[in-house]
Amino acid sequence: MAKIPVNIDGKSLEVESGKTILEVCKANDIEILTMCHLEGLGDIGACRLCLVEIEGINKLLPACTTKVAPNQVIKTKTEKLKKYQKITTELFFAERNHVCAVCVVNGNCELQDLGYKVGMTRVRFPYLFPKCEVDTSHPWYVMDHNRCILCTRCVRVCGEVEGSYNWGVMKRGVAARIISDFNTPWGESITCTSCSKCVNACPTGAIWPKAVVQGQFKKNPKMITELVEKRKMHL
Amino acid sequence: MNRQELRTIADQAKTKQAQYKHKVCVCCGAGCISSGSQAVLEKLQEEIKTRGMENEIEVVPSGCMGPCNQGPLVKIQPDQTIYQRVTCENIAQVVQSQLIEKRPIEELLLFADSRPKPFVNAMEDPFYKKQLKIVLENCGDINPEVIEDYIVCDGYKALDKALFQMSPEEVIAEIKQSRLRGRGGAGFPTGIKWETVHKYVADQKYVICNGDEGDPGAFMDRSVLEGNPHRVLEGMAIAGYAVGASKGYAYIRGEYPLAIKRFELAIKQARKLGILGVNILGSPFSFDVEVRIGAGAFVCGEETALVASIEGKRGTPRPRPPFPAESGLWNKPTLINNVETLASIAPIINRGGQWYGEIGTPKSAGTKVLALAGKIKYSGLIEVPMGMTLREIVFDIGGGVPDGKEFKAAQTGGPSGGCIPKEHLDVKVDYESLVSLGSIMGSGGLIIMDETSNMVDVARFFMEFCMDESCGKCVPCRVGTKMLYDLLCKVCNGQGTRKDLDMLEELAIYVKEASLCGLGMSAPNPLVSTLRYFKSEYEQQITKNAAVQGGTHG
Amino acid sequence: MTKKRIATVWLGGCSGCHMSLLDIDERILEVAKLADIVKCPIVDAKEFPEVDVALVEGSVTSDEHWRELEHIRKNSKVLVSLGDCALTTNITGMRNQLAKEDVLNCAYKDAISNDKEGKMPKHWVLLNLLDKVVPLHEVVSVDYVIPGCPPSADTIFYVLFELLNDRVPDLAAERKLKYG
Repeated sequence: MAKIPVNIDGKSLEVESGKTILEVCKANDIEILTMCHLEGLGDIGACRLCLVEIEGINKLLPACTTKVAPNQVIKTKTEKLKKYQKITTELFFAERNHVCAVCVVNGNCELQDLGYKVGMTRVRFPYLFPKCEVDTSHPWYVMDHNRCILCTRCVRVCGEVEGSYNWGVMKRGVAARIISDFNTPWGESITCTSCSKCVNACPTGAIWPKAVVQGQFKKNPKMITELVEKRKMHL
Repeated sequence: MNRQELRTIADQAKTKQAQYKHKVCVCCGAGCISSGSQAVLEKLQEEIKTRGMENEIEVVPSGCMGPCNQGPLVKIQPDQTIYQRVTCENIAQVVQSQLIEKRPIEELLLFADSRPKPFVNAMEDPFYKKQLKIVLENCGDINPEVIEDYIVCDGYKALDKALFQMSPEEVIAEIKQSRLRGRGGAGFPTGIKWETVHKYVADQKYVICNGDEGDPGAFMDRSVLEGNPHRVLEGMAIAGYAVGASKGYAYIRGEYPLAIKRFELAIKQARKLGILGVNILGSPFSFDVEVRIGAGAFVCGEETALVASIEGKRGTPRPRPPFPAESGLWNKPTLINNVETLASIAPIINRGGQWYGEIGTPKSAGTKVLALAGKIKYSGLIEVPMGMTLREIVFDIGGGVPDGKEFKAAQTGGPSGGCIPKEHLDVKVDYESLVSLGSIMGSGGLIIMDETSNMVDVARFFMEFCMDESCGKCVPCRVGTKMLYDLLCKVCNGQGTRKDLDMLEELAIYVKEASLCGLGMSAPNPLVSTLRYFKSEYEQQITKNAAVQGGTHG
Repeated sequence: MTKKRIATVWLGGCSGCHMSLLDIDERILEVAKLADIVKCPIVDAKEFPEVDVALVEGSVTSDEHWRELEHIRKNSKVLVSLGDCALTTNITGMRNQLAKEDVLNCAYKDAISNDKEGKMPKHWVLLNLLDKVVPLHEVVSVDYVIPGCPPSADTIFYVLFELLNDRVPDLAAERKLKYG
């Protein structure tokens, strides 16, 4: 593929055209924070953590869905972006009921890691404390909406990789919820294959297997990435 | 049908209309219908029938005439006399006095209750005199449910001209010359958009008419769709020809049942006459249109969410680029224009881009349809040349603020716009001037507020709207608007602190810059602009029960 | 140099943060060199005196907590939120999804251990639960925070030691952040 020149954070680079800014940054060891992105799944640009500044464009654009263009001057670590990443993280924590102390992934959580990375010491915004359901109807897994950040990685992995389309989204705004089939208990799903892909794709403790206790569960999102890669090899 | 037959239809309809002495239009826009115009229409038809005057008087249900809060409205042609608040009891008098004795009924004339001397010819009233109707030129004068009525008024002549006398490139050049800009709100140059879609090579392209008008207090698109659906359809067909699309979708919000009904009827009529379908008017160009009904989500007015909705998916936006011009509906190049933009196309093709470009201001050409609402004497639908001052619109056309109250602010652009205070009443209403004041032109809603309006409450109202309508996909909009709304409620309830004000300002900028689509990006606008012009009102509402002061680290 | 004065307070929490504080073990001697602990749940002092540093554990769950916290703020030069409850409401905040009445009924009436005959305690000297549990910084301004459930003894000591030496602790920069 053709190489094009771009400048990222003051570094001049020759990169493959047709790649997203995120892919280019990863290939060049430039760290970009992400949450809704999971390698192997389609990108949606929803979490806004990977926003970058591009010279000549008056909007911040997500690195995961924006393709590099010749001679682009990209900045990924400006004060403004850092500030926005921090606010986004605070809003994630304030939106639902993230009680780390009782969570199965405490210590192995992408949301916690994000907080540490952006240096979030506390959430300045008032916690919303929404009333959220915990769906324990599935024989093996639990869906706890208290810990869901609506990244929709479960929705995409279920549709794009497993092909089951069990997960979906209902309602709007802060009332939006991940649903199984047409908002029926997960245990009654006629589409779910119990493949556990959503469990591993989920970055927080929202989807977890029943047989674990607080702080004892580690997810394996790389499994999704590898699976997608292996499938490509067979095509 | 070929083009010659189209002309024959026009001539026949013209001859038929010339037989009548009068054409009486009864406004059957949604506003007048809700104040009882349907009964007035039936009563009038009955009265004409009993008096045996069917061959002299043509009674027509028409689209919106403008002064909506004065309805039901009845317009007598060719005298251009408009009667307001007509009831069934008035009908006999109108027929006897106006149509038979040629004596206008003074007390029923338009604005009779508010003008010292109302005009018999309503077009001489300042309300109409200062307007310039291009998009709305036939609206209120023709029956939107009869295609011949439109054809008589040079309808589909522009399509004929485009198909037989112009190449797609020439059509685009004409639109570019007109300097027409998107009327949906963002004001992107229409010609450039068309050119972009035109240059992409694809086996299939689409034209979408965005009729998902959702701003509170805005009803421009509804009125155009209800009052003159064929004009929009003609615009879509011309656009399809110019960009090389053979399929069009009209996305109309479900809350507009009348607009949907009339537009679907218009499509049927046009298909029947061969104006839509295969080989339009005998030309090699084929184009057809389907209606898609919105299910009540404001965000589906955003073009990528609209595309998702038409595809049958959840109506949520996606990041741009790629823009729909490159990859839109089913990943094909797609032209998405607003109703009013498409309704401006036929006159531009008929009369030339230069003519249109000379109207308005250098950067904002042409006219804009505005929906006047709120604390204003004559609320309704108007169309003015771009660059008219806000003062002229509010006071000369709208009659100013009622009940002797003082004008406080005008809200333009709905939940995406801002408030313009009275110091800036002389601002020209065009894209750039409004942006410089922290507001936007938007789709054309203009809400007037008087001295009794609480601006913090106004900001809260619009924030609540955006919060409810946020699709929930991106974090800044989903959670940010909720936080902003909660903070505004706190301030409104007198529990706000200075810290809350600072947080409001910080979050507002974040939501504006970090959100995924236009909804989130513009949601803080009413807040930001009221903070800019009415900060004292916020400060007044902040009580002193702030947290005990101390350090602010951590 | 005069010795600084420290207070530690236990509001709506489990006292786990205080246990963690005790886990600083012999390092308490270093603290003692620089400061006196003048008020603490394990020190018998009735009034909250004026102090340089107040470490406050737990969230604000009642009107009494609210008054107490306001008093602490007025009498402390530096106020530190100690632990997740103080910062996020944590476990204590889990009742925020429910109505206060339901919570009280569950505790005093409906619970099986009450034999359905429990009585709702009501006396003017008793505290009143707030409708919602709130973190400290929603009531007063907070200067520093130590997240964690509980925060590790090392982190508590780090913050305390920096403050006693008139330095600014920075958990993020020191990579000492830990939630839960």
